[in-house]
Amino acid sequence: MTTNANRDQFRPEDHPNDHFLLTTVVGSYPKPKWLNRAKELYEDPDHEFDADDWAEAKDDACRLITDEHERAGLDVVVDGEMRRNEMVEFFAHRIEGYEFNGPVKVWGHNYFDKPSVVDDVAYDESWLVDEYEFTADAAERPVKVPITGPYTLANWSFNEAYEDDEALAYDLADLVNEEIEKLVDAGARYIQIDEPALATTPDDHAIVGECLERIADNIDEDVRIGLHVCYGDYSRIYPEILDYPVDEFDLELANGDYEQLDVFTADEFTKDLALGVVDAHVAEVEPVEEIKENVRKGLEVVPPERLVISPDCGVKLLPREVAFGKMENMVQAVREVEAELDAGEIEVPATSQRSPADD
Amino acid sequence: MTDLVATTPGLFPLPDWAKAELSDLKGHQKGDLISGDEGPELQDAYDRARTEVVDAQTDAGLDRVVEGQLRWDDMLAHPLAVHDNVETRGIVRYYDNNNFYREPVVQDDLTFDGDVAAELDAAAEQVDDGLQAVLPGPYSLADLATDEHYGDETEFLHAVADFLAGEADAFPDVETLFLLEPSLVENAPSEGLDAEVPEAVTAVADAVDCEVVVHPYWGALDEKVYAHLLDADVDAVGFDFVADHEANLYNLQEYGATDDIALGLLDGQNTLVEEPEAINERVDWVFDNLPVAEFDTTYVTTNTETFYLPYSKFEAKVEAAADAVALAETEVQA
Repeated sequence: MTTNANRDQFRPEDHPNDHFLLTTVVGSYPKPKWLNRAKELYEDPDHEFDADDWAEAKDDACRLITDEHERAGLDVVVDGEMRRNEMVEFFAHRIEGYEFNGPVKVWGHNYFDKPSVVDDVAYDESWLVDEYEFTADAAERPVKVPITGPYTLANWSFNEAYEDDEALAYDLADLVNEEIEKLVDAGARYIQIDEPALATTPDDHAIVGECLERIADNIDEDVRIGLHVCYGDYSRIYPEILDYPVDEFDLELANGDYEQLDVFTADEFTKDLALGVVDAHVAEVEPVEEIKENVRKGLEVVPPERLVISPDCGVKLLPREVAFGKMENMVQAVREVEAELDAGEIEVPATSQRSPADD
Repeated sequence: MTDLVATTPGLFPLPDWAKAELSDLKGHQKGDLISGDEGPELQDAYDRARTEVVDAQTDAGLDRVVEGQLRWDDMLAHPLAVHDNVETRGIVRYYDNNNFYREPVVQDDLTFDGDVAAELDAAAEQVDDGLQAVLPGPYSLADLATDEHYGDETEFLHAVADFLAGEADAFPDVETLFLLEPSLVENAPSEGLDAEVPEAVTAVADAVDCEVVVHPYWGALDEKVYAHLLDADVDAVGFDFVADHEANLYNLQEYGATDDIALGLLDGQNTLVEEPEAINERVDWVFDNLPVAEFDTTYVTTNTETFYLPYSKFEAKVEAAADAVALAETEVQA
């Protein structure tokens, strides 16, 4: 069996099967209700619940969700982003050059504190090293660090200071690179860049590529770098994205019932594929058999040693028990597919297509 | 000498207290958005919010005051989203923005509704003069919707125009009507349909006895679309000089303009607030670059709606537009 050292560094020692399809999550997870309540108390000036109490609540939630991921059987875990409020706000608060002027509408009565870049952005305090160290300490399994990508950080901000969003994105990419260096120094081995904005403006894929060149600059090759791109018209960015200096693409395909799978088989998928196999927007737990079907879809694109399995997207909007049920069934489905691969019961189209004998 | 008029295209952000209060009252899900038959508690919250944005415009010194369209959860699709014969389906992207609205699907005849007129009646009680109505233009509203009833795109466009004309006919006295037509830029009408647009726009414009401004934005119109639009019976066409000043200037130079003009000179989607002097320089730049610039009225406005902005920055934009016009008038007198 072919191996893949960059991915297989995360293979658990007691892994039950010869085949290994790494299971993980995209990042976000539903917050326990008590954490939201604790936040309200902390924000209530009349309440004695103070900053220390709030920090303790976040620590507890981080331990709880990390443990919940391990109980689900995931090979690589995240703390469910318990300390993060929103994917742009959280980082903008930690980067010099940003200011906040109040919430703006996304749709209906859903708002976010869209920040303004009012000056050159600069690295100030570390963004995620504390979060990583705490989670790594709390976890038995390896920990992945999701970071909002510079293109999204630029695109989802008001730009008052830069000539255009492209120039802002490049400066932010240099800061992301600095942060990853610090995370790697702290022991992180698996970084995921989240670029949801690319799905909405696919014509900018070259800008995202240049950002990733800056992000990956001088980062040790053993450090696994993934890119998560939410659901969109993937044919507009593929195969161009194969040139990006990343190890893995994490794609949202269950949501569209794998209608776009052809996009990725038309040109050989030369990177690792992190395939979404459960829908992050449907509040029902998919049965194991259905998820196994989805996992096998991944084998049409890449051979087993280059396949990673995850939910479609962050699952923070699902009820928590549904999120857990999806993780648990996902892991069971993957372990069963691995066993079937071991037993030779599954054909792997991606391998047979490209075997030298066919040439 | 042109008469400078400071105004906006409406669709304001809710004041922050109203964002919090209304999300508590209504909820966050698709089914919780505005339906057009709100109970007294919701009406009261919207009344208070409307008063606040009307006061903000009056205090800033705008020459035209809009209702604010604070109830328009579905942005320009609102007049259809609240209609009885329209079903709202999934959440879809609003042009190229990180904003979403419910897809309105027309199921039956677009009969008279009166929703927008009722809002304007409420605003009219608080505005002594300079009340401005805002509607989506017929092409944009048809473009944002899905038709499952009329069956033909030309017929649907005219049905939407007739519906908007009926709504406009019920308006109280207003000074100006802005018809917002971003789809004319973002998803330009196909060959054939482009020639139908002036008739559709005219149908709405003829329903009111006031100045009518058709305002496309997010760039410049294709030459042909612009040439056709000039056939509409309106007083002014608007230009988004923030998104594309070269192409808009080209259209003006090549094809001329209506008697009045609207200049989108403040960025409705960026928190950077323009200085009044800079706004006036942009007005001058447009006029200096036109061979003949004899407009009776020139509307100075943000290029787009301003619901994209935090409330405090929306207020600052309104003030900047009003200050620019006030400053220009002082300079003329001096």
